[in-house]
Amino acid sequence: MNTTTGAIGIARPRIEGRAKVTGAARYAADVPTPNLLFGSVVLSTVSRGRIHGVDVSAVQDMPGVVGVIHHTNAPRLNPKAGGFFGPDGQLQLLQDAVIPFAGRPVALVVAETLEQAQAAAAALPVTYEEEPHDTAFTADHPAGRPAVTIFDGPVDVGDVEAELAASAVVVEERYRTPEEHCSAMEPHSATAWWEGERLEAIDSNQGPFTIAATMATLFSLSLDQVHIRTEHVGGGFGSKGLCGPQLILAAMAALRFRRPVRVTLTRAQVFLTTAMRPATDQLIRIGADADGHLRAIWHEPAFEISPLAEYIEGCTELTKTLYAATAIRTNLTAVPLDVLPPSSMRGPGAVPGSFVLESAMDELAERLGLDPLELRLRNEPVVGPVSGLPFSSRNLVACLREGARRFGWDTRDHRPRLRREGALLIGTGLAATSFSAGAFPSSASITAEPDGTFIVAIGATDLGTGARTALTAIAADALAVGTERIHLKISDSALGPAWAAGGSRGTTSWAWAIAEAAAKLRDQDYRGTVTVDTSQSLGDLPSQERHAYSAIFAQVSVDPATGEARLRRLLGMFAVGRVVNPLMARSQVIGGMIGGLSMALHEEGVRDPVSGRHVNADFAGYHIAAHADVPDIEADFVPDYEPGIPMGIKGAGEIGNVGTAAAIANAVWHATGVRQRSLPIRLDRVLEA
Amino acid sequence: MKEFAYRRATDLRDALIAGSGGARYLGGGTNLVDLMKDGVEAPDRLIDVRQLPFAGIRETPDGGLLIGATTTNSDLAAHPEIRRRYPALSQAVLAGASGQLRNMATVGGNLLQRTRCAYFADPSQACNKRLPGSGCPAIAGEHHNHAILGRSPHCAATHPSDMAVALVAFDAVVRYETLEGVGEIPLEKFYLPVGDTPQRETALPPGALITAVVLPGSAVSPRSRYRKVRERASYAFATVSIAAGLDGDRGSARIALGGVASRPWRARTAEFFLLEGPTTADRFRAAADAELSAAEPLPGNGYKVTLARNLIVAVLEEVHA
Repeated sequence: MNTTTGAIGIARPRIEGRAKVTGAARYAADVPTPNLLFGSVVLSTVSRGRIHGVDVSAVQDMPGVVGVIHHTNAPRLNPKAGGFFGPDGQLQLLQDAVIPFAGRPVALVVAETLEQAQAAAAALPVTYEEEPHDTAFTADHPAGRPAVTIFDGPVDVGDVEAELAASAVVVEERYRTPEEHCSAMEPHSATAWWEGERLEAIDSNQGPFTIAATMATLFSLSLDQVHIRTEHVGGGFGSKGLCGPQLILAAMAALRFRRPVRVTLTRAQVFLTTAMRPATDQLIRIGADADGHLRAIWHEPAFEISPLAEYIEGCTELTKTLYAATAIRTNLTAVPLDVLPPSSMRGPGAVPGSFVLESAMDELAERLGLDPLELRLRNEPVVGPVSGLPFSSRNLVACLREGARRFGWDTRDHRPRLRREGALLIGTGLAATSFSAGAFPSSASITAEPDGTFIVAIGATDLGTGARTALTAIAADALAVGTERIHLKISDSALGPAWAAGGSRGTTSWAWAIAEAAAKLRDQDYRGTVTVDTSQSLGDLPSQERHAYSAIFAQVSVDPATGEARLRRLLGMFAVGRVVNPLMARSQVIGGMIGGLSMALHEEGVRDPVSGRHVNADFAGYHIAAHADVPDIEADFVPDYEPGIPMGIKGAGEIGNVGTAAAIANAVWHATGVRQRSLPIRLDRVLEA
Repeated sequence: MKEFAYRRATDLRDALIAGSGGARYLGGGTNLVDLMKDGVEAPDRLIDVRQLPFAGIRETPDGGLLIGATTTNSDLAAHPEIRRRYPALSQAVLAGASGQLRNMATVGGNLLQRTRCAYFADPSQACNKRLPGSGCPAIAGEHHNHAILGRSPHCAATHPSDMAVALVAFDAVVRYETLEGVGEIPLEKFYLPVGDTPQRETALPPGALITAVVLPGSAVSPRSRYRKVRERASYAFATVSIAAGLDGDRGSARIALGGVASRPWRARTAEFFLLEGPTTADRFRAAADAELSAAEPLPGNGYKVTLARNLIVAVLEEVHA
């Protein structure tokens, strides 16, 4: 599979970078569309109950109003539509009077201009029969039940109780993480219209093919009756992986009013009605011998869900593979509450799970009197500790050692609260992490043009990460030609089945399809058009433990008088397979690390304890790390190669996010001597009297 | 956003006539326009007063400074005499908002910005400030960032301005115009206690237009200091903030707190306690405790009492050093 032209591995700026910085790039809400109507969404203000009435007469004569769709007049949707977890009630918008959470869309007001639609939506009287709600999450909640096991199912290897009893040191602690929101810069937007029985849409999403498939089911159409395009996307972080309310509502309104309809969510609506990471409450027990060898890890996370849709926040993924413990037990509890249905967000499961595992490992090192780095090195597994499978490649130790060298870890005094700069306490911490790697089936076509160029067509999406640029390099190398001869077509459901930009598997899945197509085209002497689908070759991939790895090192300052914890330095060493484009890969993992920093110190969806409503649904109240919070961040890669996958690629999408919060929390402990077991590390949690 | 009429005023009297007829004045629009977009404010008419000839900072006969109401926050913070003679004011302004917002925001508008209480900002929620008599969900609800001093059972919102905290420490006076003529109110009396009328925020007469803020020629040490504690390093409202300085001739302190009350909180009790001369950390702490003995935190914001006390002590030590 190795080629000689060498576009892969070269740092190149984004192909569309100039278009983006000059404003020429068009996002979903920018595409000029004749005869366009605008829809403004109205959301439920109660946490549970039923719609009593929607008084359309109050707004139908307002300027520009074309109509209002709501539960009594909306087109009917197919209740079988869903995703991984089966039918998804979140998709069943405006189908009945039931209010399952505050923020559920209850109506779409459609008008000639955006301003008219918003004015009428604000004036639309919606009344409710309110019912008692429950939004108070805790692991002990009586409604808690085992999570579904479609992935990250429970494991029980060895005798956990006996190993804990035999351990010289046991850490048993409970950790909590709050609701967090994806907060992509571009709000969700869709423009939909019907051409006869065919639905056309421009939508901001992470994978037009999977979105088209969902829309086809929802509207009882065949797949070729749905055409979704997604030229540029301003981030998703998981929230655009699902079929969004903007697209469903725009398609419904376009059907009803027989004109193109654009629906763009406001920032508050993105918070209230798209996707969030659920709050978690996690109990973990780790037992070790006096020399630091792990005997047992028992990890029991609970997370909140909505009864509308199954979901797994797979917090125990790392627990099963990161360390060689004699006994490992995991199980996940789901607690159904009247909340926005949780969904994948920036390293789902692994991120809150790693905060717990890597904080507890730090606590273990503390109690053993052992260097936290040394503790990790002593528990490096030879094979998957639960699966027994070999690792396809495992470069965690290289990340830890090189990161420690660059960070200056060997000079660290491991005792807490010893370093001061005036009123400030200074501390350092680390975390080891992994994120599962692999690929999903995708199709690709390549056409050799008479002028010597190639049209490479694949249903990929560029979320802003540089996928377009990376895939161009991949195609060039696979065809053994220069990148200037590659014309890439992406972001269109008509290009055939393709995995979405998600799960750190976009580039890997798409590269695989492009590599196979290129090989086939070379076999036929660079003539004609070839189309491939990787389902078969993916199925032939041997079962192995396949992960990307990293080690994160953090330095913080803490003012104990004010509780302000501030990051000073963050260093990540990554093993993500072959690096396709060092410039963009670095940008990607740094972005992930900033996400982790933001999780550690800032992000928290807050609910009113009385109404159950989210009360900080804006960027003034929901704090994300701002520029001044982001200090000197260093990220680099150790040499790595993934053997079973064409071009040796693993994913880099989410690994930067994993582990960062634990490294920072461990640094705050090192600074202050106090463990932070609840995120974010708010100043009131750190403040000393 | 509701449709509204907009006019740019070029003449003070025209602006005052419009203002007395119910139009709202618009400065930088960095708060009012946001609130209009969210339906919290819905004025029929806006009179843009930014072009009126009030911008700039000049000396007053008693050795103070007069800050024109349309001076931008950026220009205020950067002014050499402000930085030299009232450093806490420059620091306070720079601690607020972002560079882009400070370039637009005006001194007059800043004094009138509204609370960032989430319930106030959401017209689908009850709020006694927005809709008198509708209730205050913050008291039993989410009030992590709410007031600990001077609140009432009707409202626990805090005043958001950093600039006003420093101004109140420096005994600033608000100057305004009405059709009847010029008026003045000391900033400490400009903001009204909450009581049972949280919707009445200032003592400004109806239709009055703020034209300037006057800083008296002050004995406060140029070592005055503004320190803002917040949940991230920039672009966040104060959890608790403080403007403090030492009076050069009397050896006593000036202290004002932000983020703790419905208005910038002049810490008169602590100041009185320190009249004999601020000297030791113990005495600073006792002064802070005396001030905060009046605190009535809610279940979720008691930490602010500790934080305010620590901050008073830390900043007094800093300016005393």
